[in-house]
Amino acid sequence: MCFTENFMQYLVNGLANGFLYALIALGYTLVYGVLQLINFAHSEVFMSGGFAGYFVLQAVVGRQPHGLMSVLMIVLGIVAGACGGGLIAFLLERVAYRPLRRRKAPKLAFLISAIGASYFLFNLAGKEFGRTSLSVPYIFNGTNSGIAFTFLGAQVQTMYLIWAAAAIVLLVSLDRVVAKTKLGQGIRAVAEDAETASLMGVNIDRVISQAFVLGGLLGGAAGFLYALNFGVVYTMGFTPALKAFTAAVLGGIGNLRGAMLGGLVLGVAESLPLSCVNFNWQDVIAFGILIVVLLFRPMGLLGERLGRSA
Amino acid sequence: MTAPGTPAARPPAGPEAGAQPAVTWDERPTAWARLVSSVDARRAFAYLVGFLVLAVMTGPSGSSSAPTSGFTGSLFNPRVFWFIGLAVVFWGATTARHRYQARIRAWNDSVLALPRRLMPDKRVRYGFYLALLVFAIIYPMHVSGFWQQVAVQQIGVYVLLTVGLNVVVGYAGLLDLGYVAFYAIGAYSAAFWTGAMPVHLPFHLNPFWTIPLAILAAMMAGVLLGVPTLRLRGDYLAIVTLGFGEIVSIVAQNLTSITGGSGGVLGIPHFSVNLLGVHYTWGLGNLPYYYLLLAFVVLILVLFHSLEESRVGRAWTAVREDEVAAEASGVNVLKYKVMAFAIGASTSGFAGVLTASQVGYIEPQDFTYYLSILILVLVIFGGMGSLPGAVVGAAVLQWFPEFLRLHPLFGFQQQDLYIYLGALLIVMMIFRPEGILPSKRRKREIGLAEHGVGTADAMTTTTAEIQ
Repeated sequence: MCFTENFMQYLVNGLANGFLYALIALGYTLVYGVLQLINFAHSEVFMSGGFAGYFVLQAVVGRQPHGLMSVLMIVLGIVAGACGGGLIAFLLERVAYRPLRRRKAPKLAFLISAIGASYFLFNLAGKEFGRTSLSVPYIFNGTNSGIAFTFLGAQVQTMYLIWAAAAIVLLVSLDRVVAKTKLGQGIRAVAEDAETASLMGVNIDRVISQAFVLGGLLGGAAGFLYALNFGVVYTMGFTPALKAFTAAVLGGIGNLRGAMLGGLVLGVAESLPLSCVNFNWQDVIAFGILIVVLLFRPMGLLGERLGRSA
Repeated sequence: MTAPGTPAARPPAGPEAGAQPAVTWDERPTAWARLVSSVDARRAFAYLVGFLVLAVMTGPSGSSSAPTSGFTGSLFNPRVFWFIGLAVVFWGATTARHRYQARIRAWNDSVLALPRRLMPDKRVRYGFYLALLVFAIIYPMHVSGFWQQVAVQQIGVYVLLTVGLNVVVGYAGLLDLGYVAFYAIGAYSAAFWTGAMPVHLPFHLNPFWTIPLAILAAMMAGVLLGVPTLRLRGDYLAIVTLGFGEIVSIVAQNLTSITGGSGGVLGIPHFSVNLLGVHYTWGLGNLPYYYLLLAFVVLILVLFHSLEESRVGRAWTAVREDEVAAEASGVNVLKYKVMAFAIGASTSGFAGVLTASQVGYIEPQDFTYYLSILILVLVIFGGMGSLPGAVVGAAVLQWFPEFLRLHPLFGFQQQDLYIYLGALLIVMMIFRPEGILPSKRRKREIGLAEHGVGTADAMTTTTAEIQ
């Protein structure tokens, strides 16, 4: 039976990818929550995170680091990626969204300008940083994809542990930030009812910008984590971001915990059938899931509301 | 702007005034704050940044080992002064435009007075279109082989694709990012029915007969994809079509035994006529295909124009302007959205047959997401919902890169094309969302939507969403 063969291995692979999807999906959900718009350029936020992490590590890592230094390098890469992603997300909002929002442009205009921004950014990255794939310097175990241990027949890469640990820390802190801080309160208020929030003294422009930057920080960090395994290239954002969007819809777009859950579910759901079909079909499975979800449960697993989620 | 207070206007100091905050010298805007808040300075800054970005876009390329070399090479180089100069010129022009608005409008009116008076006259308009058609028939005979090929492969096919996407984006106000998937479906159908694919039927058809079959296949794919998604919020359509486009391209690449895989399909026959003693085969030459395309494009333009003026066109307008009101007035919103989507899909499929048969060879790499975006840019540039805009936009934007390829200007590189197109989309959306040759109705709608009347797209409300 093909489905049960290597079940644990595919489950582990799927969960590991799922953590990354969850991180990226949060960017979509945050922006969707405050603007009711799909941020088509989020893939490029992810890509910038990858490049930022790559260049910082390239500059810092000399010899193969060991032990604590490895951990430090990973944290440094994540921070650099998050900063890169956050910066691009901030600029994106300023250039491609804010002028249109000021003018109360139709929704179509936002989507189109975001697509334009996406094409501009990733092709510019291709022009400036070369169009070939680059691998991130090895920062642990003499490689970036060594096996940490075997669990029930599934080989768990060190990378997977890093992804899971980083993602859990980031996801939990985002959840707390949105639930507890004033910033999060602002985001929730705008998501609930932007007009009323502005009457209550919430600075909508600033909140929207913050939502973009928060999403950008996570997306950028995810970009670096992804790059650890797959390297960086200017087109790297397209497929992971499309899948993360699927994850966001699957969990219920606009719903933070939904995005986290959706990411994990999607990661596993696209990975398990791989024991039966060729690896090339993974993307088809993921996009097929998107279409099926929209068909049968367009509001997602947990329903769509950012305002009341946390 | 008024300064918050001058010393003379300060509230008198006293016990009763202590409750309210006194305005002090410190709160007067500093020179810097005044500069930052002045419209002219902000505009100057925006132009400067914009043109510096343009300098980077057109400057030398960097590489992974020297990631900053592209930026430094274009910013710390004398050519940057050209761009700063351009920024100053544009800033001056904009400022002058605002100052002499009335005079410019008067000049504009006097120049446009004649066309404005004549164009509403049907005879004049049709005469003008006829003259254009005659030009389109005669001119390509006198250009070089390279430009004839451009006229077919870069302009003709893309005009057809643009006119089709214009129905989806312009008429119905929907966003279709997987448009090229239907183009692929059309091309692969042509390959299938003519027996060029690894999987084939015992009989072969002439490419002409594959046209209706390919259109049908593309239309069915459009309906199958459209019916479930168009019930939802409009922006989901964009992402679902994006995913669908990926699925089609992955399937074409990986089902090697059926589609020929990434190697593509070879040997798709040319169009030929063998009827009533007339034998003619469209061969490798570009001109015969050009005239065939021209005939089809004119046919489709006439068809879409009458569609626009018909009950269907009015229904699309109603859906775009206010979906709830349209629904309440008895317009079957879902039906008309699916119809627009399917018409767009079939036009794309039709273009696919033409390309497949002309080139004789198709491969999955011909049908990437890039192409969908390119066609979207052509629609937006020309003007959403405007047929003359779609034709002119596609022709100009497809001709220009070829021209630049022959005569490099400002460091244009073909591989950077999508940087320019992306920037063009943003700039168009900010400054001229209605396109260069706007449809009057669409322009008015966008203006109204910006004042909170109507929506100008079919993305906001839906029936299925209210659950």
